[in-house]
Amino acid sequence: MIYWQLVVVFFKIGLFTFGGGYAMLPLIQQEISHHQWLSSAEFIDIIAIAEMTPGAIAVNMATFIGFRTGGILGSIVATTAIALPSFIFINSLARFWKTHREHQIVKRVFAGIRPAVVGLIGAAAVYIGQSILVVPAVANSVDASAIDRPSVLIALGVFVAVRRFKADPIHALLASAVLGLWFFS
Amino acid sequence: MKHAILWDLFAVWFRIGLFTFGGGYAMLPLIEREVIEKKGWTDKDEILDIYALAQSVPGVIAINTAIFLGNQLAGPLGALVAAAGVIAPSIVVIVTIALSFHQLQSMPYVMQAFAGIRAAVVGLVGAAAIRIAMASCRRALDVGIAIVAFLLSLFTVIHAAWIIVAAGLIGFLISDEQ
Repeated sequence: MIYWQLVVVFFKIGLFTFGGGYAMLPLIQQEISHHQWLSSAEFIDIIAIAEMTPGAIAVNMATFIGFRTGGILGSIVATTAIALPSFIFINSLARFWKTHREHQIVKRVFAGIRPAVVGLIGAAAVYIGQSILVVPAVANSVDASAIDRPSVLIALGVFVAVRRFKADPIHALLASAVLGLWFFS
Repeated sequence: MKHAILWDLFAVWFRIGLFTFGGGYAMLPLIEREVIEKKGWTDKDEILDIYALAQSVPGVIAINTAIFLGNQLAGPLGALVAAAGVIAPSIVVIVTIALSFHQLQSMPYVMQAFAGIRAAVVGLVGAAAIRIAMASCRRALDVGIAIVAFLLSLFTVIHAAWIIVAAGLIGFLISDEQ
């Protein structure tokens, strides 16, 4: 039965992926081709949709694949299944955190971890910036890439608006959608 | 009272889910605004700890973070409501466009608006990264760990979970945190 298959597959994906999002893609692709749920062209399509639409990428993938294979109920089943391992792990972790966060060993460990997370976020910012602001000028050429000027302008504008003028990120996103209509037409 | 908190949790995470483009770290600026500044449910130091935990266990980072904060505020039921909130926009949006993706792709203004949003995400994440770095890298050891983690993450294939484990070990061995 398709719903049971969706539960098993997406529970497994939720259970064996560390780091979320892109780390899940290879696992999702394996399962899709194993069950022959989508063609490879459709798979590329749903990556594009998952990146483009709001929400976590892995959640969007689960929702889409669930919908394609089992309708709206399928999408709810797949998405619930991918979140289920998190629910089990995190609820026990949160209980531990509540009672032990003031423990000296925990405090020392997290004094080391906190700046590392800062570094990881910085790396993510650079990675995201590179993948969005730099466009390959000529496909197939080795290092011919160009800065996408309108994107850089929007990114800088949002950066200044949020940092300097404390703009609400949601307002910044909506304004950027309008700017996109203007700049990219 | 209890109902009010649950509804609040759902509404806040629904909004975060709805306006997070690109997943994972891209939601950080929204979490800061909605959860820390507007609601005061946690603070800037603890959100980094929660982020570290969310990445060190299996699962989607966004869901892990929502479940953790939901649990802290209102127990397992709060966790469930927060997770449902962050997931709900995906289900609504994806189901809506799943059938019409090819039509959407051929509508230029949709693509143009999304190009603008993608660019904005870069600015948002950059601003969040700097704000967080300034708030939590207070000592030389912090700055050193942050720089090493940054370089390892950017230039090697070492997984973030291992970088977090190594940093935790270093903190345990040489931090002067009392």
